[in-house]
Amino acid sequence: MGRTSSTKEDAGALFHSLRSAYAATPVNLKIIDLYVGFAIFTALIQVVYMAMVGSFPFNSFLSGVLSCVGTAVLAGKSNFLSPLFAKDLPPERAFADFVLCNLVLHLVIMNFLG
Amino acid sequence: MATMPASASDLLKSFKLKTKQQELLIRVSILCLVYILAFITRLFSVLRYESMIHEFDPYFNYRTTLYLTENGFYDFWNWFDYESWYPLGRIVGGTLYPGLMVTAVLIYRILRFLRFAVHIREVCVLTAPFFASNTTLVAYFFGKEIWDSGAGLVAAILIAVCPGYISRSVAGSYDNEGVAIFALLFTFYVFVKAVNTGSLAWSLASAFGYFYMVSAWGGYVFIINLIPLYVLVLLITGRYSMRLYVAYNCMYILGMLLAMQIRFVGFQHVQSGEHMAAMGVFFLMQVFYFLDWVKHMLSDTKLFQAFLRITVTSAVAVGGIALGLGMVSGYISPWTGRFYSLLDPTYAKDHIPIIASVSEHQPTAWSSFMFDFHILLFLFPAGLYFCFKRLSDATIFIVMYGLTSMYFAGVMVRLILVATPAVCLISAIAVSATVKNLTVLLRSKNKVVQTGSTKGSGGSKSSSKALLDQSQPFQKNGAIALLFGAFYLLSRYATHCTWVTSEAYSSPSIVLAARGAHGNRVIFDDYREAYFWLRQNTPQDAKVMSWWDYGYQITAMGNRTVIVDNNTWNNTHIATVGRAMSSYEDEAIEIIRSLDVDYVLVVFGGVTGYSSDDINKFLWMVRIGGGVFPVIKEPDYLVNGEYRVDKGAAPKMLNCLIYDRARGVEIGNKDVKLEHLEEAFTTSNWIVRIYRVKPPNNRW
Repeated sequence: MGRTSSTKEDAGALFHSLRSAYAATPVNLKIIDLYVGFAIFTALIQVVYMAMVGSFPFNSFLSGVLSCVGTAVLAGKSNFLSPLFAKDLPPERAFADFVLCNLVLHLVIMNFLG
Repeated sequence: MATMPASASDLLKSFKLKTKQQELLIRVSILCLVYILAFITRLFSVLRYESMIHEFDPYFNYRTTLYLTENGFYDFWNWFDYESWYPLGRIVGGTLYPGLMVTAVLIYRILRFLRFAVHIREVCVLTAPFFASNTTLVAYFFGKEIWDSGAGLVAAILIAVCPGYISRSVAGSYDNEGVAIFALLFTFYVFVKAVNTGSLAWSLASAFGYFYMVSAWGGYVFIINLIPLYVLVLLITGRYSMRLYVAYNCMYILGMLLAMQIRFVGFQHVQSGEHMAAMGVFFLMQVFYFLDWVKHMLSDTKLFQAFLRITVTSAVAVGGIALGLGMVSGYISPWTGRFYSLLDPTYAKDHIPIIASVSEHQPTAWSSFMFDFHILLFLFPAGLYFCFKRLSDATIFIVMYGLTSMYFAGVMVRLILVATPAVCLISAIAVSATVKNLTVLLRSKNKVVQTGSTKGSGGSKSSSKALLDQSQPFQKNGAIALLFGAFYLLSRYATHCTWVTSEAYSSPSIVLAARGAHGNRVIFDDYREAYFWLRQNTPQDAKVMSWWDYGYQITAMGNRTVIVDNNTWNNTHIATVGRAMSSYEDEAIEIIRSLDVDYVLVVFGGVTGYSSDDINKFLWMVRIGGGVFPVIKEPDYLVNGEYRVDKGAAPKMLNCLIYDRARGVEIGNKDVKLEHLEEAFTTSNWIVRIYRVKPPNNRW
C-alpha cells in the first residue's frame, strides 16, 4: 500500500519537475522539438493508414515511414544548441552535415518510392 | 656512434626538413611500398599461366560483367537469363549482388576514358589485387584511429601479405570477396571514426560504406549484427554518449534505406530475423536518449532512479512482446539456413546437404589457421592484452570484431577471410606497442648523447627510464636482442606468406599443373579444351547436363545452356540431376529425356590421378538426390559403410550412370555397354568426357 502511493507520488512529482524544467528551455529548441514531434506524428498516421488499407506497395509505405523517422532522428541530432552536445564541432559544420544527410535521405526516398 | 646520427641528420637537414616532415616522408614512402607490394604479390598466376579467370563462381561474375558492358545498366538490372537452369531460367537482376560488376565496369570506363585500350577481362582479373591494395590503406587509417600511426603502418604491411586474405583476392579470382573485404574494413573504419568524433558527416560515410558492402556480398549480415552488438556492449558498460547516438542512428536509418535499393536484399531489413538485432538496438538507443534528456532535466537523482526503473522495464517488455508477436505470426522470418549453420554447425549436415557439401563450408582445421595466419596467431592474444590495457570506444570495437570473427572462422573455413583484417589489426597493435616500448628503452640512454632525431614519444618516458637504466645495466642489451627477435619473426612471416601464395593459392584450378615423369612442368588445359569443343561442335541450342560445379564455366566459355549451375538456388533441380547420375542407365535416361538434355559432361580422373573428379563428388550427388527423392538411398552405394570404387564396390554403385561415364576404363566394372549414350569427345588427358544422348530407336 505504502509502495504504490509513494510510486504515485513519485510519478506525480516527476511529471511536475519535468514540466517545470521543460518550460525553462529556450524557444528555438522547443520549435525543433515540435518539428520532431510532427514528423513522428506523420509516421504514425501512415502506419495507421497501412493497417487499414493493407501494405501492398510495401516499398512506398516503407519509404514514407522511414522518411518521417529519418527527418525526426536527424533533427533530433542537430539539436546542437542543446547542452547535451559536445562543443567541439562548430555550428556551421554541424548544420552543413545536417543538410547533407537530409539531402541523401530524400534522394534515396525518392528512388525507393517506386 | 655519435657521428653517424649526426651525418644522417645533416643529410636530412640539407633537405631543409623539419622533424614532422621527415616523419611524414617516411610514412608516405612506407605506405607507397606497401601498396605496390600488396598488388604485386597477388600476380603469381598471371605470370605463370596467363591472365584468365579462376575457379567457378568468377565465371558467372565475368559473364554478367560482359553483359553489363555491352547492354548498359538498365538492361542488366532487369536481365532474365534463359541460358542457365534450363528449363527454369534465372532472374539475374534480382538474384545477384551487383557491387563487384558495377565496380569493374566503372574502372573499365574510367580507363577507356583515359584512352587506355584495355579489355574487360584484364580489368576483371586485376580488380581483386587493386582492391587489396586499397584495403591496406584503409587498414593504415583504421590502425591510426584505434592506436596510433605506428600500429597503422604495421597493420597495413601485415594485411598486404596475409595468406588468409590473399587466398580470395589473387589476380584472376574475380569474386565478391575481393571487393567486399575492402568495403567491410572501410565501413568499420568510418563507423569507428564517427563514434569517436560524433560528426554526422562520418556517419553518412559509414552509411555509404554499408551500402557498398550490401551491394557487394551476402556477408553484410555480419556488419549489421556486429555493429548493434558493439553498440549494445557500449550501452551496457556505461559508455553511452551523444556521439554514439548520432553515429548509430544516422548509419542505421540511412544505411537501411540505401541497402533496400538492392533488389536481392529487398525488404529483409525489416522482415528477416537476421536484421532484427539492429532494429532492437535502434529502439534501445532512443530509450537511452530519452533517459539522458530526462536526467539532464531533473535535478533530483532519487526521482530519476525510479523513473529509470519504470522506463527500462517497460521498454524491454514492449520490445520483447513485439519481437515475439512478429516471429510467431511469421511476419519476421527466422534465420536462413546459411547463417543458422554458423550458430549451430551440425545443422547443415542433417538438413541442407547442399550447404554441407561445399568444401569451403567445412569446419576449420587447426592447420588451416596456422597456414593462413602464421605468427599472427600468437600475436593476436598479445594484441588483445594491449587493447584491454587501454580501453576506449575504438579498442572495444576491434576486440569485439576480432573475437566474433575468430569464432566464425572456426566454424567455417571460408570465414577466415572475414577474420583476417581483425587479426592483422590486433597483431599490429601488439607489434607496435612492443617495438615502441623496446626502442624507448634503447633510446633512453642515447637521448642524452643524440641531438637530431625523430619521434619525440620517448621524451616523457626517458626520464623515468633513465633512472631504471642505471640499476639494470643489461636492460639495453636485452631490448636489442628482443628487437632483433621481433624483426626476425616478422621476416619469417613475410617469407612464409610469399611461399604460401606462390604454392597454394595461385592455381587457377581451371588449368592444372603437375610434374611430369622427367620433372618438367606439365600443363593440363583439359577443361578449356572441352568447353571450346562444346562451343564449336554442338548446335546452338544444345543443353548440357553436368554436376553443378561446372555450370558457370560451361555457360561462360562453352556458351551453351546448362541444367544446373553454381548458384544452387533450386535444390530440387539439382537433386534431379543427382538422381540421374546415380541411377541405372535405364532410369537415368528417362530423367535425361524429360529435361531435354543433349550432352552429358563428366570429369574423370582415373588416367591422370586427378583427385577431384566426379567420382569423388559422387557421394554428395547421392546425398543431395536422396534428400529430395527417397528412392536414392545412401547405404546402397557403400560397402560396409565405406566408399569404394574398385572391384569391391557395391552392386548398385557399379551399375549406375556416373560410374559408367566416369570410370569407363577403370578397375571394377570394365566393358560397360552404353545403350543410350555415346561418347562424343574426350580431352587429351582423359579428364573431361562428353557424351551425346542418342535419339530413341525406331522400334519397327
